[in-house]
Amino acid sequence: MGTYLLRRLLALIPTLIVASIIVFGVVRLIPGDVLDLMLTENDYASTGHDTRAELEQALGLDKPIYMQYLSWAGNALQGDLGDSLWRNTPVTREIGDRMPVTLQLGIFSLIIALTIAIPIGIYSAVRQETLGDNVGRTFSIVALAIPNFWLGTMVVILPSMWWGWSPPNDIVPFFEDPIENLKVLLLPSLVLGASLSAVVMRMTRTMMLEVLRQDYIRTAWAKGLPERTVVIRHAVKNALIPVITLIGILVPILFGGTVIIEQIFRLPGLGELLLQSVNTRDYPIITGIFLITGVVVMLVNLLVDMCYGLLDPKVRYDS
Amino acid sequence: MTVDQISPQQSAFSRKGAEGKDPRAPVEPGRAMADESAVPIRVPLRYRNRHVEFFYRLVTERPMGAFGALICIILLLTGLFASVIAPEGYNAIAPLDRLKPPSAEHWLGTDHLGRDVFARIVHGAQLSVIVAFAATTLSIVISVVIGLVSGYLGGRTDMTTQRLVDGWMCFPDLIILIVAVSVIGPGTWQVILILGLLFGISGSRIVRGAVLSTKENIYVHAAKSMGASTLWILWRHILPNVMPPIIVLFTTRLAAVILAESGLSFLGLGIPPPAPSWGGMLSLDGRSYMFVAPWLAIMPGVALAIAVFGINMFGDALRDLLDPRMRGGTGRYMARVNRKPMP
Amino acid sequence: MLAEPLAQIPESEVRPDTLLRVNNLRTCFRQDGKTVTAVDGVSFDVRKGETLAIVGESGSGKSVTAMSILRLIPSPPGEITDGEILFDGRDVLAMNDEEIRQLRGGDIAMIFQEPMTSMNPVLTVGRQLSEPMVTHGKGDRKSLKARCVELLRQVRIPDPESRLQAYPHQLSGGMRQRVMIAMGLACDPRLIIADEPTTALDVTVQAQILELLKDLTRRNNASMILITHDLGVVARYAERINVMYAGRVVEQGTAREIFKSPRHPYTLGLMASIPRLDQPKGGRLIPITGQPPDLANLPKGCPFHPRCPYAKDQCRQDRPPLTQVSGDHWKACWVDVTEVQPHV
Repeated sequence: MGTYLLRRLLALIPTLIVASIIVFGVVRLIPGDVLDLMLTENDYASTGHDTRAELEQALGLDKPIYMQYLSWAGNALQGDLGDSLWRNTPVTREIGDRMPVTLQLGIFSLIIALTIAIPIGIYSAVRQETLGDNVGRTFSIVALAIPNFWLGTMVVILPSMWWGWSPPNDIVPFFEDPIENLKVLLLPSLVLGASLSAVVMRMTRTMMLEVLRQDYIRTAWAKGLPERTVVIRHAVKNALIPVITLIGILVPILFGGTVIIEQIFRLPGLGELLLQSVNTRDYPIITGIFLITGVVVMLVNLLVDMCYGLLDPKVRYDS
Repeated sequence: MTVDQISPQQSAFSRKGAEGKDPRAPVEPGRAMADESAVPIRVPLRYRNRHVEFFYRLVTERPMGAFGALICIILLLTGLFASVIAPEGYNAIAPLDRLKPPSAEHWLGTDHLGRDVFARIVHGAQLSVIVAFAATTLSIVISVVIGLVSGYLGGRTDMTTQRLVDGWMCFPDLIILIVAVSVIGPGTWQVILILGLLFGISGSRIVRGAVLSTKENIYVHAAKSMGASTLWILWRHILPNVMPPIIVLFTTRLAAVILAESGLSFLGLGIPPPAPSWGGMLSLDGRSYMFVAPWLAIMPGVALAIAVFGINMFGDALRDLLDPRMRGGTGRYMARVNRKPMP
Repeated sequence: MLAEPLAQIPESEVRPDTLLRVNNLRTCFRQDGKTVTAVDGVSFDVRKGETLAIVGESGSGKSVTAMSILRLIPSPPGEITDGEILFDGRDVLAMNDEEIRQLRGGDIAMIFQEPMTSMNPVLTVGRQLSEPMVTHGKGDRKSLKARCVELLRQVRIPDPESRLQAYPHQLSGGMRQRVMIAMGLACDPRLIIADEPTTALDVTVQAQILELLKDLTRRNNASMILITHDLGVVARYAERINVMYAGRVVEQGTAREIFKSPRHPYTLGLMASIPRLDQPKGGRLIPITGQPPDLANLPKGCPFHPRCPYAKDQCRQDRPPLTQVSGDHWKACWVDVTEVQPHV
């Protein structure tokens, strides 16, 4: 188990480097005229970055490439991601302010999706080809087809039309007042969670089917075990292991979803910040968010791998 | 009688696992298992005309898939003949007809500029079809090239390529798209390029997986030992056998591209107005005028849902038909007794 | 119109010490519109304390027959479409789910072919071993611990106490199969069905496992159905033999009888294709010509006729019923191979 973890950690490093190069490289691709646009269209002149030279320096574009990368990477490792061009505040602070909302949204949605989808997925696999299975599958395919932004929009606007009620969006931190917090975040989490659960349901079903096909399931039946025991003790336990790795796949999807949901429900999260920054071409923030999402995904995957290592006896006791 | 004619019994006497079972380890580490698009195995077909047999099987065994295919065909035709179906185009501004509800004259009503919503949806189909096909084709090309090279060549090339892909896949799709748009700006060609690149790289994993399992086949080793060049082997041996998963990949990517493009347009970062992107219609027109003209928001959503639904259903059926391994009952091991006369 | 009972053994021939009686069993699999009859009108019986070997190639239906006895066929594709299975006088096919569950692992135990995949990788050996006993109400895990150790000792696994906490992947193939045997014997079954128990194991281990099986069966005074494709195993461990081909029994009898004078051309072919000590040195092995049958597309008449060197017109038209050769020896063939020359 120890070597397994070590290997995973070591594998992380090159991935981290590649990811950082990608993030770094994207910003360097900014065409020159965009800088001019920033001065004129986005009115950067008023923020203290009056000239193009100033902008270039703020973005670090005036130094040779490798130096840019090293200084940027070095700073990033120390937690300094530069300053927002628009507001002259540290990027880390901006991100830090917004992060909790996005995290919360993501975690709630994940919990909702898993709670709905896993039982349905298991049931669907066990009762394959029956009415229940087909209903579940059709439902999930339909749910997959409905874009989450459409669902979100409907959820926001229809009640407004019918009952004059709009979802609130002044957030109170969860640990201060959970009820108030949930009042704001529950609905968006439900929307995102519902959209996600279609994906999870299909994957759970596929994995359960894989497991049910295995020989040891037949052995369990041959021992005279009742169906419930076969499914829960033998099948699910095996299927749950890849489902954990599923969470690693879900996190990137979640991030994408939060951007859209935050926009629709006007929640002050990272997604909203990102979209604002795209409008104002505030590249340090864009880069910062880009990097953070990548790092978070990597960390989650590492965590998932660790859980996997604990759950699978083959890894836990490699003899 | 020669050694070659040794009967199956003979070889069965020493062959392990005589029933031909496949003792795969059920639990594989890492994320590979969680990828839903498992690698299909090529099925030898029995009938003379492969296409006829396929069509027949599609309709009889997977009627929902046939229904999905029908939707896809309708979508395609709508896209191709948009100008015929809605000759007034997508930007026929008529301020006097603003915000009219669906009626006999305007099947889906009009928007805030008096444009017929039905016409916009139809032209939106054309836009979606063009963008989706272009982007998906680009992505498949990229996936295949990367997957083939990385999977077949193996070794150092594979390792470095996979590290690069790993790094790329750390980032959420939408975030990459947003950041890319922030750099190169919105627009139809830009969207096609970015979507193609994004899905191309993430899809290369799947192609690589298929290549890895194909290249261990005996005929590949045989071809290599006969001195066939790498390009030849890739083209003649590997690629044809990797086609089934590529075809399935095409359909899944198509749906994903449509959703991604509409998501981008929804956020205002995709194809700019007045182009009738369904996502854009939903966001700009739909949300602003939701109270007075709800059909503006509902219709594009419905169109999207139908399109994606059809593609997914067809893709699912395709995968079921191309991959015999996934079919077959994993029923309860409690045999039903169903006495019936022999036919 | 039900099919004629082509294969049924007449009532007069049934003996009083019969433990299991299978009459005219038919098991079909339906997939994508095609129906494959894996077992087509199979009849045989197993007597108390004896070992019956079912011999045949892949696809002959031997495994499906065995699994049908316990109704262990997965039911969306498979179903039992005809026949009768009587275990100790009780009608297995008429039992409900609960009764079948009692039977499985209790009076009838099954040991499968692939020890590498037949055990659940995430549960300990001890847990899996105690499961059948817990299910059949013989106690809970704690109280059964001693019995589990005893079982492991019986199957000659060294250091049994520590093995209880082990996971399957920590054991070798041979050891896993021993554990499977222990699981089978846990509730003192009266019938053990061993489906090719050694095919997936190393040759050196094969003999050990078979000896173990035979020994334990004898000690518990149980009967065994041994499924195999290896005639050498049959000769050594079985008292009676069923030869199966394309889902049907083509010859039945005592091992001695069948080895001494096989009467079905398929059996003859099998005998001729293995080396024997009582044959002259330097002779050639004669394989059976032709291809294995396609169960979805069986020819009319006797399924073996395309490959049979004795086939005559009748064989191509009508399916031969089981006819008595002598005493306990039956064959399903129109031809008397002692009187006719093969045409090659």
